[in-house]
Amino acid sequence: MKSDRGDIELAGVCKSFDGVTNVVDGVNLRIDDGAYCCFIGPSGCGKTTILRMIAGHEDPTAGEIVIGGQNVVGLAPVQRRTAMMFQSYALFPHLTVRENIAFALRVRGQSKADRLRAADAMIEKVRLTQFADRLPAQLSGGQQQRVALARAAITEPRVLLLDEPLSALDEQLRVQMRQELRRMQQELGITFIHVTHTQLEAIALADLVVVMEQGKIKQAGAARDVYAHPHDRYVAEFMGGQNVLSGRVEKVNGASFTLAAPSGIEVPLQARPTINVGDQVDIAVRRDDVALVRPGRDLPPGYTTSLPGRVLAIEYQGYFVKVMLDTVPDDEFVAYVPEKTFFADPFTVGDVVMATWATGSALPLA
Amino acid sequence: MQPSPSPQLGSSRSNLAGWLYVSPLVLVLVPFFVAPILVVLTASFFATDGFGGLTPGFTPASYIEVLHSALTLKLYLATIKFTVLTWIFTLIIGFFVAYFLVFHVRNQLLAIGLFLLCTVPFWTSNIIRMISWIPLLGKEGLINQALLAMGVIHQPLEILLFSDLAVVIAYVHQLTIFMIVPIFNSMARIDKKLIEAAIDAGASRFDIMRLIVVPMSKSGIALGTIFVVSIVMGDFFVVKVMSGGGSASVVSAFYEDVGVLQYPTAAASAVLLTLVLVAIVSLILRTVDIRQEITQ
Repeated sequence: MKSDRGDIELAGVCKSFDGVTNVVDGVNLRIDDGAYCCFIGPSGCGKTTILRMIAGHEDPTAGEIVIGGQNVVGLAPVQRRTAMMFQSYALFPHLTVRENIAFALRVRGQSKADRLRAADAMIEKVRLTQFADRLPAQLSGGQQQRVALARAAITEPRVLLLDEPLSALDEQLRVQMRQELRRMQQELGITFIHVTHTQLEAIALADLVVVMEQGKIKQAGAARDVYAHPHDRYVAEFMGGQNVLSGRVEKVNGASFTLAAPSGIEVPLQARPTINVGDQVDIAVRRDDVALVRPGRDLPPGYTTSLPGRVLAIEYQGYFVKVMLDTVPDDEFVAYVPEKTFFADPFTVGDVVMATWATGSALPLA
Repeated sequence: MQPSPSPQLGSSRSNLAGWLYVSPLVLVLVPFFVAPILVVLTASFFATDGFGGLTPGFTPASYIEVLHSALTLKLYLATIKFTVLTWIFTLIIGFFVAYFLVFHVRNQLLAIGLFLLCTVPFWTSNIIRMISWIPLLGKEGLINQALLAMGVIHQPLEILLFSDLAVVIAYVHQLTIFMIVPIFNSMARIDKKLIEAAIDAGASRFDIMRLIVVPMSKSGIALGTIFVVSIVMGDFFVVKVMSGGGSASVVSAFYEDVGVLQYPTAAASAVLLTLVLVAIVSLILRTVDIRQEITQ
């Protein structure tokens, strides 16, 4: 059965290299055809192993990998119609750009004229025409990355797998290449699976962000979902942009509950297994939802919670100012204050301030 | 870096440092390599009385004699035959042994162990290694006896020992390690990700060998080739022993010359062979960048 669809289903996929610990531990996931999916997690969380299993360079110990309705476990990469772009690119150092890109067509037995024509068309697509006869060592990092992308894309795969494609580039180039990846993905209209450990990269690119920890999926969803509505403390802290607080539930009243310590935070109740008085719960408050008020001043309307704290450090970030507070002992508490608001009444390190937020913006975590 | 106050002084000082770095090598090479070559070169232009007496002078007579002799061409052809045959077999065996060690032995400790195993024949002397072929290849040797017992042949094969075949066998036995080491060395540096990328592109095992491994081992192959070619072309002992005196090589011929006190012709032959070897080696070096092999 041949299918051009590049939708992927992982069902109970496990991988163990030593037979004792599972590097990938029972992963279930559905990736739509033509989606841009980012796997994100710290190193050693199994994200690259998942990628290599989808690519066919590693066999799962258990579970099924289905691409376009067909179980591909045991098939060679060519039969899966996947292509992989390797970390640090793995370009053939003794072949020119054109030969590198035409390599897959060469081993598929295409005639020289055909494959060079196809390679040249692809070279134009990635804007490397003037470098076609150079060796990889004579190219910059960004150009090498484009060669790697072209080499992977030339076989018209239905799934393209990218292993930390941007990690070898410097910051500025990374942002530029990020856009190029997205552009290529839309142009080719195929499924991209991209492994990264950079949060910004994931949420900037992906239709589907998959956050992993120790071989398990912690949360999978749209970028905005994962960033703004993290399921638990791990996702909230890993994706960043959130202050995570924990406390005991003091009272539950209809649409909200209140935490005892730190002092009386009111949190709206959401669809979550019942919360009982006395439970220890984590909540998240977005850093850009936190407003800072000098002690004694009135809180803005709708703001019920306020926590006192001392300013530990201030970082100017351009359009906002990052203010770090000692509000929560042993944990970071940060407010992203818009630049204009901050400089209307600037704080200095050591000032005591009240951190406050609209009741609705606190989010209970699992 | 501070600009040097006097570029003249700076460069002469760095020159001195450079000379100091190379001085140990120079101290070895000048008396043991450069001086003998100069002696041979000088002797090749001397005249001789035919009984070992040398008359200092400058006469190309010895060169003319060597170049006019029909024997010279025959000897070179014989030597080149041995060289090419040995090169082909050592290359094939060396390449595949290195390939196996690098790409098929997953356990690095095992790979090193097997690699050391390749050097076992060198734990004993060259002469013993050659003599040890006799019980295997001889008229009463293991191979002949086995073939006789199986009824494959009815008379012992004479060609096995004291023949050109035996010479090539002995050379291959002796020199394969000189192919394995440099090829292993350059193969070991091939990033395994490249192999994976080739598999990802749909390359077969043969494609990977043909399009990735062989081109990327080129410098190792060239280095091994230089070792093997220069050793075989400069050898006479194996030819003499293993052919039972039936074959000769360039070197064995001028060894005979020395034996009959024809020093100038022997010297002229030696200079000629050196020039031929230099030409061959520089041809090989033109095809690959050896520096890449040494500096990386």
